[in-house]
Amino acid sequence: MFYIYCPYCEEHREEEEFHVVGQAHIDRPLDPDSLSDAEWAKYLYMRKNTRGLYQEQWLHAIGCRKFFNMTRDTVTYEIKETYKVGEQPTVV
Amino acid sequence: MSDIAVMDQVPDSQEVNAKAESPLFHIGAGINTHKDANSAGVLLQEDKLAGHLLIRGNRDDEAFNIAINNVLGTGLPKTLQCIYVDELSIRWVSPDEWLVICAGDKVYELEKRLRAAVQGHYAIVNVSGGQTLLVLSGDNVRDVLMKSTAYDVDDSNFPVGKVVTSTLAKSQAIICRRNEDVWELVIRRSFADYIWLWLEDASREFGLVVNSK
Ligand SMILES: [Zn+2]
Repeated sequence: MFYIYCPYCEEHREEEEFHVVGQAHIDRPLDPDSLSDAEWAKYLYMRKNTRGLYQEQWLHAIGCRKFFNMTRDTVTYEIKETYKVGEQPTVV
Repeated sequence: MSDIAVMDQVPDSQEVNAKAESPLFHIGAGINTHKDANSAGVLLQEDKLAGHLLIRGNRDDEAFNIAINNVLGTGLPKTLQCIYVDELSIRWVSPDEWLVICAGDKVYELEKRLRAAVQGHYAIVNVSGGQTLLVLSGDNVRDVLMKSTAYDVDDSNFPVGKVVTSTLAKSQAIICRRNEDVWELVIRRSFADYIWLWLEDASREFGLVVNSK
């Protein structure tokens, strides 16, 4: 089980309060109408499958209900850091 | 004053003859497992039909804070804190969200006063119909919570005046510690029956008395 630090509640909480929401730092296209189907599908569906350090979004679903980001090592499962939406990772 | 329709959700019963029922109206006080309230480990009570107002706004906006302070008589609580003043309680819910609970017949007046005072980008929603407040007191409330939530309710982690939203049984609750032995749960209306029965069951071994109000 993870023990996750919520940057909004400012303390560690049990994993069962959270949902993982997938890869972080994906920019929504500013003008979706100008994209080809392939480009739009790439934005919607194509995700990294990183071995090692990975930035992903989490939701403190049973808690403050805020989204935040996490840097996690997908090999060791070690959580390196969590940080607020709008901030950049310090471990990359 | 924002241009928004606000209504009294608890109409004067003499004029309208409206009947209000709490989410736990069907739970009687006759289910006590313990004869003597003085030696019961857990006393359970629903604070029926209280007024619940959800306030959202920018905590860094000075005008917002001043306006709220003028009406509530206190500043908004900081992260994971709850405040009790006069007839009000205020719970931190998230960095831009607070829950104010007052008497059911005072909430309409309070909402109007808040709307008159606060300017700019904010939200105030009367959520009284969607949730209810449970008050648990007694020596064994912590034991009941330890069986019910994933959150650490030890003194070192959960002092008086703290509030968290966490899991409760297979549902969730806003859990607040009012005093040494008094804990309060804000629960969803649709889960009220389930949670009540869970608490009744979890409290049974310590001796349970249900207070009606
Ligand atoms: Zn949180």
